[in-house]
Amino acid sequence: MVPMTQQKLQITAVAPDPALLDLPWDVPLAEWPDEVLAALPQGISRHIVRFVNHEGRVLAIKEIGETVAYREYELLRQLHRIEVPSVVPVGVITGRRAPDGERLEAVLVTEHLQFSLPYRALFSQDLRPDTATRLIDALAVLLVRLHLVGFYWGDVSLSNTLFRRDAETFAAYLVDAETGDIHRTLTNGQRNYDVDLARTNIIGELMDLSAGELLDEDVDEVAIGDALVERYQELWDALTGSEAFDSGDRWRVAARIERLNDLGFDVGELEITTDIDGTRVRIQPKVVDAGHHSRRLLRLTGLDVQENQARRMLNDLDSYRAATDRQNDQEQIVAHAWVRQVFRPTIDAVPRELRRKLEPAQLFHEILDHRWFISQQAQRDIPLPEAAESYVENVLRHRPDEDAVLGLAPGEAEPEY
Amino acid sequence: MATVTFDHATRVYPGTERPAVDQLNLEIEDGEFLVLVGPSGCGKSTSLRMLAGLEDVNGGHIFIGDRDVTDVQPKDRDIAMVFQNYALYPHMSVADNMGFALKIAGTPKAEIRQRVEEAAKILDLVEYLDRKPKALSGGQRQRVAMGRAIVRQPQVFLMDEPLSNLDAKLRVQTRTQIASLQRRLGVTTVYVTHDQTEALTMGDRIAVLNHGVLQQVGTPREMYDRPNNVFVAGFIGSPAMNIGTFDVKEGVVKVGSADVPLDRSIASSMTDADSGKVTLGFRPEALDVVPVGTPGSFDVEVNLVEELGSDAFVYGTLKGDTELNLTAGETNQLIVRIDPRSVPDKGDVIAVSIQTGHSHVFSATTGERLA
Repeated sequence: MVPMTQQKLQITAVAPDPALLDLPWDVPLAEWPDEVLAALPQGISRHIVRFVNHEGRVLAIKEIGETVAYREYELLRQLHRIEVPSVVPVGVITGRRAPDGERLEAVLVTEHLQFSLPYRALFSQDLRPDTATRLIDALAVLLVRLHLVGFYWGDVSLSNTLFRRDAETFAAYLVDAETGDIHRTLTNGQRNYDVDLARTNIIGELMDLSAGELLDEDVDEVAIGDALVERYQELWDALTGSEAFDSGDRWRVAARIERLNDLGFDVGELEITTDIDGTRVRIQPKVVDAGHHSRRLLRLTGLDVQENQARRMLNDLDSYRAATDRQNDQEQIVAHAWVRQVFRPTIDAVPRELRRKLEPAQLFHEILDHRWFISQQAQRDIPLPEAAESYVENVLRHRPDEDAVLGLAPGEAEPEY
Repeated sequence: MATVTFDHATRVYPGTERPAVDQLNLEIEDGEFLVLVGPSGCGKSTSLRMLAGLEDVNGGHIFIGDRDVTDVQPKDRDIAMVFQNYALYPHMSVADNMGFALKIAGTPKAEIRQRVEEAAKILDLVEYLDRKPKALSGGQRQRVAMGRAIVRQPQVFLMDEPLSNLDAKLRVQTRTQIASLQRRLGVTTVYVTHDQTEALTMGDRIAVLNHGVLQQVGTPREMYDRPNNVFVAGFIGSPAMNIGTFDVKEGVVKVGSADVPLDRSIASSMTDADSGKVTLGFRPEALDVVPVGTPGSFDVEVNLVEELGSDAFVYGTLKGDTELNLTAGETNQLIVRIDPRSVPDKGDVIAVSIQTGHSHVFSATTGERLA
C-alpha cells in the first residue's frame, strides 16, 4: 500500500476563515463536485478557476503555482489598499494533497465581485452600441487609474477584467494581477506596451466570440480594440497634462472637468490639495449611464433639470465640495449649502426682468460657461458674482427674447443620450 | 534574427541612488540563447525590460542588430515577449489562435496560413491546426502560445521567468522544449531566471548579475569551472561550492588540519589588506574521501547524509575550523559528495582532501579570482 500523506493545509490571509477548510481541498479543482460550485459565467483563463458558494458569499478559486499565488495575493492587497477597483483577495492555501499523497497546486482565493459580469456574458448578448462604448470606456478608466498609481498590468484583456453596472455607473475591475508589478511611476514604454497588448487581446477575444457565433456580425472587432487605445490616450492626456497653478484658480479645474466631459467621461472624485508647491488636482474619472446626472442632482437638491445642465451643476457642486474641504461631509448637506451659497445667490443676482428669459438651471449653466470664458481671458479666477454681473451685462441683456428657447443655448447641440 | 548589444546600459529608478542596472556591457550573438540569472533584485529582469522597451535607459545604449533601439517604443522593436499571455481562445482553431495577431496586423490570409504551418511543423502541431484548443494537452497549449510568438517572426525572443507559473512537472518538460525549440528556430533569445539550474541547462551562455552589476558571462561550463569571483562561485552549482576564508602560512592554506598548497604566484599577489588570508572554494565533487590521517586531508564530522540514488552528499562540520566561516550556498556546513554505496553514519568523522587543481582561490578582500 502506498503510504498516505496527510495534507497539511496552510492558509495565508489577513482574516483567516476556518470554515474555508471545509472545502474539498484534497480534490483537484477541476474535479470539484457541482454542489459546492456556484453557477456563474466564467472568463477565459490559463488556469483552472472555479466559483464556490461559501458562507453566504461567492469565492473565486484559482489553482496556481505557490510563489505566483503569494505574489498575486500581495499585489491585490496593495491595489485594494490604494483603492484601485480590483477583486478583494481572501487568501492563499498551500499544502494541498490528494488522498493518495499526490501534491496539489496551491490556490489563490478572491472574493467574487457581486453583480459583476465577464465580458463574454456582456458582449454575447444583444449589445447596444453605446453599451459597448461604455464598457471600453470603463476599461480605459481602469487602465488609466492603474497606470497613474504605477501599476503595470502586463496582460490587459477583457478576460482579466470584470464589469459592474451599478447605480448607473459602469466600472471595470481588475481580476488578474498575475503578470503585474507596482512601480513608483511607469515609463511610457510600460504604458504603451500595456495599451498595445490590451488592443491585441481585446480584438482576439472578440474574434473568438465571433468564431463561436456569439457576437453580432456587425461588430467590428478591430475598431473596438482601436477605440480602447484612443480612449485611453485621450483620458491619459486629459488627466496628466502638466499644469501648475495658484490656489484660487478654480477655473482651471473647471476647464479640466470640461475637457473630461467633452470626452464623455465624468468626474468620480475630485481632490484639490494645496501645499507650498502650489495646488494639485486629482480627478478620478468614471463612466456613467444616460440620465445619471439629472437623477443625481434631483436627489441631492430637488432641482429637476436636463442632463447636460445637471452635469455642469454637479461639476460645480463637486468643485465646491473639494474647495471647501467638505469631502467627508454628507453629500446632501453639502449640496444644500451649495444651493444656498452658490446657486440661489447667482440666480438672484440676475435682474428679475431678465431672469424670465431662461430657466434658472440654464441661466446658471450659462453663467458658469461665461465665467470659464472670461476667467480664461483674464487668466485669473473670476468670482461667480462678478461673472454673473458680466454675463447679465454682456450676454443676457443683448439676447433677443425669441432666442430664449427653453433648455438649449443657441448653437448648443442636442445632448446625445 | 539579430545580435543584441547592451552598451553601458544603465537604469536608475527615480528616487534611488544606486542603479538597478549599472553600465551593462553585453553582446549577444545572432541566434544565441542567453540566460540572465541572479538572485532577486540583481537587475536581470530590469535588463530584459530595458531591451523590451519597458524600462527607460538612463545611460548607454541598446542595439538590436545595428539599430539603436534605446528610445524606440516596445511595439516597434521587433521583439516578442513569449508566454506573457497564453490564454487560448476556445472557439478559435489552433491555427487561428496562433495567427490572430497577424490577422489584426492585416497580413494577407495566404501568408498567415503559410507562417502558421511553418511554425506548427516546428512545434509538432500540424495535425492539430484545425482543431479547437480543448483537444490539446497542457504541453501542446504551451506550444501554441509559443507559436503565437513564432509566427510574428521577431528578431529576438524575450522570456521573463516563463516557467514560474507552471507546476513542477510541466516546468521541467517545458524547459527542455523551449531549449530545443530555440535551437531549431535559431532566433536570438534572452531568458531571465533566478534558477541557476535552469540557466545551466538551457543557455548557450549565462550572464550572472548581482546588485545591478554583471559579474561574469560565459558558457555553463566556464561559469562552473572558472568562476570569476566569490559571488559567481557560490551562485552557480547545486549543491553549492564550499567557500571559506582561511589563513595562509608559509605558502600553504590552513584548512582545518590540512595544509593546502598555494601556487607561488598567488601567494605573491596577495596584498597587505588580505592580512594573510585567502578565500578558498572547492565543489562537493572536488573532494575525495581518504583514510583518516592522510597527509593534506582534513576531518569532517557528519551531520547529515543526503542520498539521491546516483549520488550522496555529506553535510558536515569542518573539524578545527575555529572561525566557522565556511559556507556552501545557504548552509554553513561543508558538503562532500560521496560514493552512495559507502555512506557514513551521522556523527562519524571522515577525512577528505581536495583534488589537485580543483580548488578556486579568491582574494579575501575583493573576492576576485586569484587562480
